Amino acid sequence: MASSSVADQEGQVMLLGFWFSPFVKRVEWALKFKGIEYDYVEEDLTNKSTLLLTSNPIHMRVPVLIHNGNPIAESLVIIEYIDETWKQNPILPQDPYERAMARFWANFIEQKVTESTREALVSQGEQQEKIVKELKEAIEVVEGEAKAKLNDKTLFFGGGNGVGYVDIVLGWTCNWMETIEEVGGFKVLDPESQPQFHKWMANFREVTFVKPTLAPKEKLVEYFRMVRPARLGLVANK
Amino acid sequence: MCIKKGISAAIAFARYDQNIMGEEVKLFRTWSSPFALRIVWALRIKGIEYQTVFEDISNKSPSLLQYNPVHRKVPVLLHNGRPIAESLVILEYIDETWKQAPLLPVDPHERAMARFWAKFGDDKVLGSIWSVFIKQGKEQEEAMVPAMENLKFLEEELKGKKFFGGETIGFVDLALGWLANLIGLLEEIVGLKVVDGEKLPLLSAWMQEFGDAPIIKDNWPARDGMILKFQALRDATFAAASK
Repeated sequence: MASSSVADQEGQVMLLGFWFSPFVKRVEWALKFKGIEYDYVEEDLTNKSTLLLTSNPIHMRVPVLIHNGNPIAESLVIIEYIDETWKQNPILPQDPYERAMARFWANFIEQKVTESTREALVSQGEQQEKIVKELKEAIEVVEGEAKAKLNDKTLFFGGGNGVGYVDIVLGWTCNWMETIEEVGGFKVLDPESQPQFHKWMANFREVTFVKPTLAPKEKLVEYFRMVRPARLGLVANK
Repeated sequence: MCIKKGISAAIAFARYDQNIMGEEVKLFRTWSSPFALRIVWALRIKGIEYQTVFEDISNKSPSLLQYNPVHRKVPVLLHNGRPIAESLVILEYIDETWKQAPLLPVDPHERAMARFWAKFGDDKVLGSIWSVFIKQGKEQEEAMVPAMENLKFLEEELKGKKFFGGETIGFVDLALGWLANLIGLLEEIVGLKVVDGEKLPLLSAWMQEFGDAPIIKDNWPARDGMILKFQALRDATFAAASK
């Protein structure tokens, strides 16, 4: 149960989200990890609420965290905000150098894994092949990091204490990547050449505050199949 | 008593001069990288002594490859033998390690806003301005639309403020600082006005204020070199596009 000091700090915490979005899930994992109570508002992305549009006028997308009436957008920015506002269960390390390393890897994941996966999904043919090759190389780098940092006692990049920033940022891969591969018609996951990464994904899936949040594959695939044709339509019409 | 005072003073002075204490700060940069410039500004603003290693991108040093194996890019900051890469990550590290002249605000919500704007600059503004620069004719006209939208957002954000950081230069000013130099250069090369003083008065004023601020002004890369470099980049992009 939340301690009284946590409840005092909470004020009102509201998260504007969408069930499918891995970016929203990250923020939920951060909130749940710290035991922060929040109101969740499911957005209809085809009919965005006034609250969403006024809270995030620049990007007009979820997630948006609203704390005591103040909106914060962009999942990584939100997670750092959460970590600085609620001190229990730290997400980022304390030491400035370790923090820099965590931020470095979070950036790498966003640029080279997350963004590339998005591009691979909406591209075709030669263009897709090129991006998939880059994505595979990025996952190899992640595998290298997993090999170097993780072992039987240290299951997560957060260190001996459990999950941390890098795990939360990378976490979407454990549930969405397979689906995106299937719908996008490409393959990057390979348990044989990426054993440590696969071990990490399996462990992350089982984390108590993560497991109940993961949508079943069929539901994700169904949603993706709806979205991909629309996205490709947008790209082709440019 | 005199000797004791003298020794205390010497120790105090030694602590102040980081190099005597063996705290080595080294910056790997190129002469023109706007990302590395952010770090130069931050170190100067905080009065941190450091050494500079200029890299030739076409012939990267073994040190650079060793310190940033993942991206093999500048800037890289080396502090007490430990490397940090990615300019915004380095800025946060500098701010957390040296507390004088803080770059980020104290309040968590304001810090979040600063990070948001820095990210907006890198994710959206940079790319949209570059698009205008490397395109021609109708394509360039079309590229101006998102670029202007992005610049308008920055204009809004400057309302009631001298700098993005408020009264003094802060994290967002350093992150967006490239605008204050590059926009003028690109406008000259392309022959197109992007930041119009009438349409974007606050942004125009900021570019002037920031660009002329003492530490910032002293560190702009040589204008002639920049013109040549970006002209060449533009030409190369056109050549590649027409193949």
